Amino acid sequence: MAIKPLAIAACTLTNALGRGLAASLRALREGESGLRSCDFEDAALDTWIGRVAGLEEEPLRGELAPFDCRNNRLARLGLEQDGFGAAVRVARDRYGPDRIGVFVGTSTSGIGATEHAYHQRDPITGSLPATFDYQHTHNVFSVADFTRRWLDLTGVAFAISTACSSSAKAFATAWRQMRAGFCDAAVVGGVDSLCLTTLYGFNALGLASTRPCRPWDVDRDGLSIGEGAGFALLEWAKPNDDRVLLLGYGESSDAYHMTAAHPEGAGAALAMQQALARAEILPAQVDYINLHGTATPLNDAAEDRAVARVFGSATPCSSTKGWTGHTLGAAGVTEAVFVYLCLEQSLMPGTLNTHRRDPRLGAGIVLENREQPLRRALSNSFGFGGTNCSLLFGRSPSFPVREG
Amino acid sequence: MNPLAIEAVGLMAPGLAGWPASQAVLAGQRPYAAEPMPAAMATLLPANERRRVTATIKLALQVAQEAMAQVALPPDPSPSNGRGELSVRTVFASSGGDSEILDKICVALTQPDRPVSPTHFHQSVHNTPAGYWSIATGCMQPSLSLAAYDGSFAAGLREAAALAWADQARVLLVVYDLPMPFPLAERRQIVAPFAAALLLNPVATVDRLALLRLASDASGQPADRLDDAGLERLRAGNPAARGLPLLCAMAQGVARRVILSASARETLRVEVEP
Repeated sequence: MAIKPLAIAACTLTNALGRGLAASLRALREGESGLRSCDFEDAALDTWIGRVAGLEEEPLRGELAPFDCRNNRLARLGLEQDGFGAAVRVARDRYGPDRIGVFVGTSTSGIGATEHAYHQRDPITGSLPATFDYQHTHNVFSVADFTRRWLDLTGVAFAISTACSSSAKAFATAWRQMRAGFCDAAVVGGVDSLCLTTLYGFNALGLASTRPCRPWDVDRDGLSIGEGAGFALLEWAKPNDDRVLLLGYGESSDAYHMTAAHPEGAGAALAMQQALARAEILPAQVDYINLHGTATPLNDAAEDRAVARVFGSATPCSSTKGWTGHTLGAAGVTEAVFVYLCLEQSLMPGTLNTHRRDPRLGAGIVLENREQPLRRALSNSFGFGGTNCSLLFGRSPSFPVREG
Repeated sequence: MNPLAIEAVGLMAPGLAGWPASQAVLAGQRPYAAEPMPAAMATLLPANERRRVTATIKLALQVAQEAMAQVALPPDPSPSNGRGELSVRTVFASSGGDSEILDKICVALTQPDRPVSPTHFHQSVHNTPAGYWSIATGCMQPSLSLAAYDGSFAAGLREAAALAWADQARVLLVVYDLPMPFPLAERRQIVAPFAAALLLNPVATVDRLALLRLASDASGQPADRLDDAGLERLRAGNPAARGLPLLCAMAQGVARRVILSASARETLRVEVEP
């Protein structure tokens, strides 16, 4: 029997497309990319990035000032949009502040603060500057801690850090933690911000393109790094719930290589199959797949094989990385909320920047936006270490409700 | 809430060289002595990989390997098990991850042309030990890596329990933290390396080591401290070692309530019975 669905009671996004859902939706509709030639700090790299404008000028003040770093500024900016804080306040009154879990995905958290501190080491002792606050900036938990404090929640909270699947897995964790009774509702999210570690790291691996990324293109040659924050408030779906629902999730490990995807996409296929199985949905009942689609030659080829194996070539799919860049630990929630918008707005985004479909790839890649009603859509997120997560969302006026 | 069986334990810290050798100390029958920790061999890694990985990866894999060697699990015939060697879901919990690698990257970023090593970069992700574990074992089951600062052990235990119940399957929890290198160590003091692994089963098997029942506790009751000053120093000085009160209760083999630190405002209550 299908798992009990979770409803998205509220959600929000901030990324290179702008602040709030409306900015993302407008850019998706208009086909406007948020990517620009790299102008982050003093990075001397020939690459394109999806930078969130204005973070440099908006420090955290007051009680949460110790958390001030680019990543938590981005988290705050994200939390301020779309009335998300107000929606959580309503839920806090209903469930209690200790009964709402907080699960936030990130890959590098606030490591940018440590990068800056290493530039300011004492020339004699080598010590870091007195202003550097490791716990509240760099530490992986920092962004989850900040989120829960900003929302004034006191229950179970942790950061999920599985590279680029982090904030997709936050949805699966929320389902499990609620199922186990550790919380009655959950704030899930993902926040990852530009930093020199990821910019120089991906360049060292030869995975960053010198042009805006082109997923599934015959000439694709790498990814564009982006940054973003996204959050969703999840609660158990009610009978006849007409909100967008998390119908299923699937997770797997490639058990193959630390950075290279399994060439046949075995782990990716497994994650998609499990998401379908948990929802008791057949592949043909999925109307759209938002691909991980980073635009590196091997990642797209592996995901393509996995999609083709599970869905054949008929299911329309696209990668939205050409709009936002790859927001790493925030990619899962960013694309989950894109899927939410698609289901709400009857929009199927194309694959921005991609002009010539790679003839060796067989998935049903869509290049141009389509306006059409969607009932169910899948979102894929994969990461270093061979971590895979697929989320299945849908709108359905009725579903069989059971306890558990 | 249903209980969870603990079927196996892996343990590695100064003076705690493996679960069998540590039980007398944890049960209070012998005083704790912070003897130098033996090198984590992590023999499940291929020899060429073992040379390339860091102390953090080896320590995490060592306790995982120790726990799994204590049980003979039936091979999983499903396609979810890549090479049919081992099938177990995993949760890895650590406050700081691999600070040796993070330090090297931050140093490289201060140098001309910023020569970040590609190997260091891919080893910098928090789920690196999980990645190496799945590659070494061929296990394609789901795996989660998380962090909750000083509440990382409790958060890992909660997620491992939730995963075991949701999937009605065994889950291996691996919790680890190591002292940070200078200069990060000046801002986050971790007094000694510590790693533990617990194999959880949602079915109460006969040859279990203990049964656990978990519940959140917002009553403000403080987390348990340990009577032995050396063990208490370890517990308070390493986020992974915040789980020591639970391991002590298991070693004592009597029914007990254990309070583990979870966050500033909340603790995790664990009812332990043999």
